[in-house]
Amino acid sequence: MISIKNIHAQIEGKKILNGLSLDVKPGEVHAIMGPNGSGKSTLAAVLAGREDYEVTEGSVDFLGKNLFELAPEERAREGMFLAFQYPIEIPGVSNLNFLKAAIAEQRKHKGLEPLTAREFLNLVAEKSKLVELDGQLANRSVNEGFSGGEKKRNEIFQMAMLAPKLAILDETDSGLDIDALRIVADGVNSLRSPERSFIIITHYQRLLEYIIPDFVHVLYKGRIVKSGTKELALELEEKGYDWIKEEVETANA
Amino acid sequence: MEATIITSPAKEKFLSSLANHKSALLENAPELVSAALASLDELDFPTTRVEDWKYTRTARISNGEWSIIKNRNKIDITPFLIRDLNADVIVFVNGFFSNELSSFSSSEKTSITIGGKHQRETKAFKNIFQALNVAYCTSAVNISVAKNIVAEKPIQILHIVTDEKALAQPFISIHSEKSSQLHILESFVSVGEKKSFTNRSLNITVDENAQLHLDKIQIECDDNFLLNEDNIHIADNGHFTINTLTVDGGWVRNSLNISLDGQNIEANLNGIFLPRRKQFVDNHTKVDHRFPNCNSNELYKGILDDQSTGVFNGKVYVHPDAQKTNAYQSNANILLSNDAQMNTKPELEIYADDVKCSHGTTTGQMDENALFYLKSRGLGDESARKLLSTAFINDVLYKVTNEKVREYVVGELVRRELLFV
Repeated sequence: MISIKNIHAQIEGKKILNGLSLDVKPGEVHAIMGPNGSGKSTLAAVLAGREDYEVTEGSVDFLGKNLFELAPEERAREGMFLAFQYPIEIPGVSNLNFLKAAIAEQRKHKGLEPLTAREFLNLVAEKSKLVELDGQLANRSVNEGFSGGEKKRNEIFQMAMLAPKLAILDETDSGLDIDALRIVADGVNSLRSPERSFIIITHYQRLLEYIIPDFVHVLYKGRIVKSGTKELALELEEKGYDWIKEEVETANA
Repeated sequence: MEATIITSPAKEKFLSSLANHKSALLENAPELVSAALASLDELDFPTTRVEDWKYTRTARISNGEWSIIKNRNKIDITPFLIRDLNADVIVFVNGFFSNELSSFSSSEKTSITIGGKHQRETKAFKNIFQALNVAYCTSAVNISVAKNIVAEKPIQILHIVTDEKALAQPFISIHSEKSSQLHILESFVSVGEKKSFTNRSLNITVDENAQLHLDKIQIECDDNFLLNEDNIHIADNGHFTINTLTVDGGWVRNSLNISLDGQNIEANLNGIFLPRRKQFVDNHTKVDHRFPNCNSNELYKGILDDQSTGVFNGKVYVHPDAQKTNAYQSNANILLSNDAQMNTKPELEIYADDVKCSHGTTTGQMDENALFYLKSRGLGDESARKLLSTAFINDVLYKVTNEKVREYVVGELVRRELLFV
């Protein structure tokens, strides 16, 4: 699905990613954990194609293509989806019109005809149920006046509509109460399939109780310093990140 | 008092090209024409040293070669009409009323008279263009809705310019009598991309309890100059809305003066302008709150691309007696290019102490975070930008309450690839 090799990235001269490598195969769910400032969100931003970040070294192969040669919209059309940590409010742009346009461009890219109005609305009805998103919300301006939980549910709703091959969830659990967390996790779980991969970026283990990952990686100082299975997440929950930091410092000494 | 006579080579030349033309107002308003001619002695073309014209250069007009040109050729006006609107249509070609192209019925309820009785509250002329319009008027029309009448049909006033060097100077007066209702649509278009100058004057009186809604749609070409002088007087309980939609045009100035001459009046003035290339659009507005308990709401939005320039000057004047005034003004602009320029100046002068007045103006670039968000869902750069432009001006477009008129304007914007639908 995606093969990240030794990427180094910086923003405004500040190095954030220092040789990060990660391989994700179809159907796998990878969780990326790490202390604040370890580079988790930078990884998401670099993969989605934010221009503020400069990639100085390394390569990313996404479904056989050089990711860095693709514009953000091309990445999306190839099947990448980023659920934002802070979804943007766009007053005046209707959620549904925007999704209709996005799906139309995606289908055009694949050489498909646009959905008919009925097909589109059926899809909206089906997918909004998935995250218990009120039909009214789906029809409002993008994220405008949405609560934190509604914004995150809207991200998963958009993900369900766009049916990506690789979904990157950037701290989707942050700011969610336990009910909203379960709704979001149920939504994600229902989208799991042998063809679809997930990279779940999170600070806390909590989300991983609902979305069981195949692999857990710890990011620290811009590199993956430890990888394991879901038990690693539990260990982190129990012991915090300090022991990992110590391990890294000792190894470097 | 002795008048100072001002002469300049540009003015002499300009006037000499009009010397053989008799004002269309001469028969019915000889005194007004005399006053205009007298004013012309004292006025000259404004320079940018005059505050009101600080960002608005008129040299290309004052130094241009113009003449009064009647065009009797047949013109297909269907592209300029609004489908299914079923409006009465009054057509001017190069500023001259065209009986052949117009189609309307005039009755006692809604009367439309060409060259009929004029209306202009004052015989004073603030600038040379106003005086020129009256002194050398090409055609005058008077529209009037009678007391208690709700006009069945909207009226479309269509201005077409067709000829190189044409100077069009129509004079329009509208009288909404007590408790009447009327929807007017005024559009400015050009055929054949010839250089021309339209200097049009509009004088409106809204009587007690009357409602007038005016949509002004400006769709000219890069070679056209368009100057609109709109003077509006509103009486007690009157309700007036004007939407100024500048879709296209090389040089456009809208000078809008609204005088609230009574109590409990509501005045709404909205506008969009989307200049590009080297286009220039100027909106000068003045709302004069003279009596208590009136509301005015003003919302102008601009999207400027390439090397275009915009001007917004919004004056709200609240007289000492105008207590309990609510006056809101907002001008927001997006610059799409580094070479585009917006000059915006809100001016509030408040002499009453129990009022609510606010103004706000912003000029910025398109929100990069919003753009990235849209692109991350697969929308291309162009589509994402157009979607955000559409969102930006949508609230103003919805002030055009007639759906057919709004669709027409949106269609013209989409045709120019300025909006996303």
